[in-house]
Amino acid sequence: MSENNEKYQKCFMEAFPVQKQDLEGLKYQDIPEWDSIGHMNLVAALEDEFGIEMEIDDITDISDFRKGKEVLSRYEISI
Amino acid sequence: MTDKMDSIFDIAPYSMARAEKVAFLQSSMSELTQFHYDRCSEYKAMIDALFGGCDFSTNLDELPYLPVGVFKHHRLKSIPDDEVFKYMRSSGTSGQRPSEIVLDKKTANLQTKGLTKTLNGVLGGQRLPMLVVDSEDALGANANFSARGAAIRGFSMFGRRPVFALDHDLKPDLLRIKSFFDQHKDKAVFVFGFTFLIWTSLCETLAELDIQIDMSNAILLHGGGWKKLVNKAVSPAAFKERLKQQFNISRIHDYYGMVEQTGSIYVECDAGHLHCSVFNDVLIKDVISLENKNFGEEGLIQTLSIFPYSYPGHSILTEDLGMLLGEDDCPCGRKGKYFRVLGRLAEAEIRGCSDTL
Repeated sequence: MSENNEKYQKCFMEAFPVQKQDLEGLKYQDIPEWDSIGHMNLVAALEDEFGIEMEIDDITDISDFRKGKEVLSRYEISI
Repeated sequence: MTDKMDSIFDIAPYSMARAEKVAFLQSSMSELTQFHYDRCSEYKAMIDALFGGCDFSTNLDELPYLPVGVFKHHRLKSIPDDEVFKYMRSSGTSGQRPSEIVLDKKTANLQTKGLTKTLNGVLGGQRLPMLVVDSEDALGANANFSARGAAIRGFSMFGRRPVFALDHDLKPDLLRIKSFFDQHKDKAVFVFGFTFLIWTSLCETLAELDIQIDMSNAILLHGGGWKKLVNKAVSPAAFKERLKQQFNISRIHDYYGMVEQTGSIYVECDAGHLHCSVFNDVLIKDVISLENKNFGEEGLIQTLSIFPYSYPGHSILTEDLGMLLGEDDCPCGRKGKYFRVLGRLAEAEIRGCSDTL
């Protein structure tokens, strides 16, 4: 498992009360904690972890766990 | 329907001139009216009673609407129970029941995207350090999905690490405010809050304490209405002037919006006008006859939004008084209608609907 993948998973587990095995299918608004405020906590965690500042359009694009990886690739981070 | 809604966000929100806008809105509105008429029996009953049924191809001037008070008395929805994602509540002015709005994921998603596109023009599409002129309590469990909480949640996407400027008693937290402006001295910051809180908790309290803070780098967005400031006789012009003098803030934008049409907001431009975007529109109705009024005539504000799918809130008659000022020709360059809000109809409870159910 790549180092980036581990960091990426850690951000989700910091932002939401979820375990590693829950991550793969996880979608925005699937759990009460992943609401609009939780979403911004996730974004803050990702920005800190990867040292980036994300654009608003990219933030709204992170609709699920998988899609987030694609969004990060726009910042030249491969998961 | 879904494809059309996705592509709507590719259109610049203030780029559509009258002919194109009317055609676009007419088709969106007749589709939504039919959608809700077919799926929400209470809506159908009210439209039948109020308008004698519904001709879905009708033009915008004749478009059926629901009085905003209906949402205080009925939980209207056009989706099956298992698609309900959450409820939003208005704060409800004293003595009134709060409105309750049913959302599914699709409608919530449209609201978020619409808000983003609308505000990019003011904030430049960047996420700025954000100061929220409110207490963190507005987001608390009890405040969940109240109007203030909902607005802060919605707008926090435009900020980087929101800082709350007020404490539990809605008094300014001086240390936080000062360190926020110290830390971001040389770049633009986003200050957001409700109009009356900005006036009472920032302007008035900091003046009493004789505290000077330079906020010239702030872009200030405020909303929630002027009714709580009426007793203090604060006009929009006086509000702006005070913020300029006291904090040196010159980029100030009021917005008009309501929980019944979240995500569809009308933002004030540099010329001081509230603007309709491609996502929404405003009509003015005579207070007594409910006939359409012309530009420059006062009346009740009817708001249209293309976002509501989970509940029949795409065309609402508000209890606010306003006036259309013009269309496509604002000095700021934005296309679409622009208008002014003149206050609230006194003691308004527009009747007619509840009795028909």
